[in-house]
Amino acid sequence: MIYKIQQKVLREKLLSLYYIANAGHIACSLSCIDLLIALFEIKNINERVILSKGHAAGALYVILNSQGEISDEILSTFYINGTKLSAHPSAKSFENIPFALGSLGHGFPIGCGIAYGNKLQKNTDNVYILMSDGETNEGTTWEAAHFATAKKLDNLFVVIDKNNLQGFGFTKDVLGDSASFLKWESLGFDVIEVDGHSVDEILVSLKKLNARKNSRPKLIIANTIKGKGVNFMENKLEWHYLPMSEDMYAEALQSLEENYYA
Amino acid sequence: MRKEFSKKIEEILFTNQKSVFITGDLGFNAFERIQEVAADRFINAGVAEQNMVGVAAGLAYKGFETFTYSIAPFAVYRCFEQIKIDVCMHELPVYIVGNGGGYGYGIMGATHHAIEDIGCLSMLPNMTCWVPAFLEDVSYCLDQMISRKKPAYLRLGLGKSYPESHSISDTNFIRKGENRKITVIALGPIVHNVLEAIAGLENIDLFTIIRIPIFELDENLIKSMTETKKVIVIEEHVERGGLGEHILAKISKKRIRLDAFVNLHAKGYPSSKYGDQLFHQTESGLDPENIKKEISILFEN
Repeated sequence: MIYKIQQKVLREKLLSLYYIANAGHIACSLSCIDLLIALFEIKNINERVILSKGHAAGALYVILNSQGEISDEILSTFYINGTKLSAHPSAKSFENIPFALGSLGHGFPIGCGIAYGNKLQKNTDNVYILMSDGETNEGTTWEAAHFATAKKLDNLFVVIDKNNLQGFGFTKDVLGDSASFLKWESLGFDVIEVDGHSVDEILVSLKKLNARKNSRPKLIIANTIKGKGVNFMENKLEWHYLPMSEDMYAEALQSLEENYYA
Repeated sequence: MRKEFSKKIEEILFTNQKSVFITGDLGFNAFERIQEVAADRFINAGVAEQNMVGVAAGLAYKGFETFTYSIAPFAVYRCFEQIKIDVCMHELPVYIVGNGGGYGYGIMGATHHAIEDIGCLSMLPNMTCWVPAFLEDVSYCLDQMISRKKPAYLRLGLGKSYPESHSISDTNFIRKGENRKITVIALGPIVHNVLEAIAGLENIDLFTIIRIPIFELDENLIKSMTETKKVIVIEEHVERGGLGEHILAKISKKRIRLDAFVNLHAKGYPSSKYGDQLFHQTESGLDPENIKKEISILFEN
């Protein structure tokens, strides 16, 4: 309940960002924004959240804006020539955007390296990877998964934004469900399945997993809805790509009013 | 060079606690000591080169200088995007080591050769390629890579020692001709074929270049090319993106006027037949006999 206002405000900001930019990638940002709220709440100052599904950059930018790392002025440059805020995150500008991401399948291996580095440094920091279910198609997912379990990286948290849609179809129709509980558990991950739009539930799961010192890397399958919060976008493939018209933008904001009525 | 490499790496891992070595499941009879010395800082990442490079980038982000190792084609091509994005774009100290560059793996076949590696990698941002020609160069290259703390690639091959003691730099003046008529520049261990080819010949300047992209043309090399006006570049690498093209760009920028420029380079698999390293060198005209012939032609014209 206490997160409802934040969920609404950040969504409004996100919609305004994409509306002004006349850009797509709205629905995939809406599906993972609640996950980002939880991850940025739980991480300490030295820990990093790696947005492997870089196409949801807008969601990351509004979170970092709410935390003060990206000023309103910088945020308003989104999509404009000369910006530091490209449609997929770029390197070397912000502490909490440590890597350029957007080519899928890069965040998980990098996260394994950071987790291994934390172990070598004997610190207790975790690293959090947010990836999409479509992204699990990438072969590096499975290379990294075996690496993480073999090296016992229990300081590695992978969160899969399972919105069931990918670039050109439903994940079940493209390559099948590569983000299934059984698959990941049989690989040796410590897995919890949650409602990916309940910040409370995500936080509880993260804490629960963190408390289990069992040498197993952690994985959260977050069941989400692509376009969550904007009724006409929900579960619609086209909202991976489309920008909003003025009328659509007004309708989207109205939808948020109804869905996040506090 | 693998022996020289593993000895030096052992030293690096022993003295620098911030160094990590990752192998793509290779190193039998070579890295056992390193594994012992480095303990947790030695990682076998399995047969998974893309993940290996991503992991290296993550470790480098945490402050570790990280080596990745495989045979050259696997170290470079499979994980090219990881090298480009994860490593180069972030200017991280990840050092890619490829063993058996060129036709080094001979009869193992085309999958195991790397004759485009320097071209591919040298165009990436912040990346420097190092190609030792003599055994003693390996240590020099590693020292340079480590002191720069930026993305680097080391191409290892089968080398021999310098004929006599030699100070080492990015460009090395190997043999000076009395009344010089031709400037020969070699990349990597192919220099040993060149040395054999020019054994009885006089009036030849021989250089090796072991760093690509070339930072600045060496003064001795400029003087030599200006005087001889005849340059022959010899490399176990395809023409595109190889030493020849890199040198030509520098020559044109410096406005050095030449009468002749010849590039002997790898030509792939012209007869679709396979053999040892010398077989493939010969197919590309990189064998001592053909090198001698090409130099003789250049003398006459």
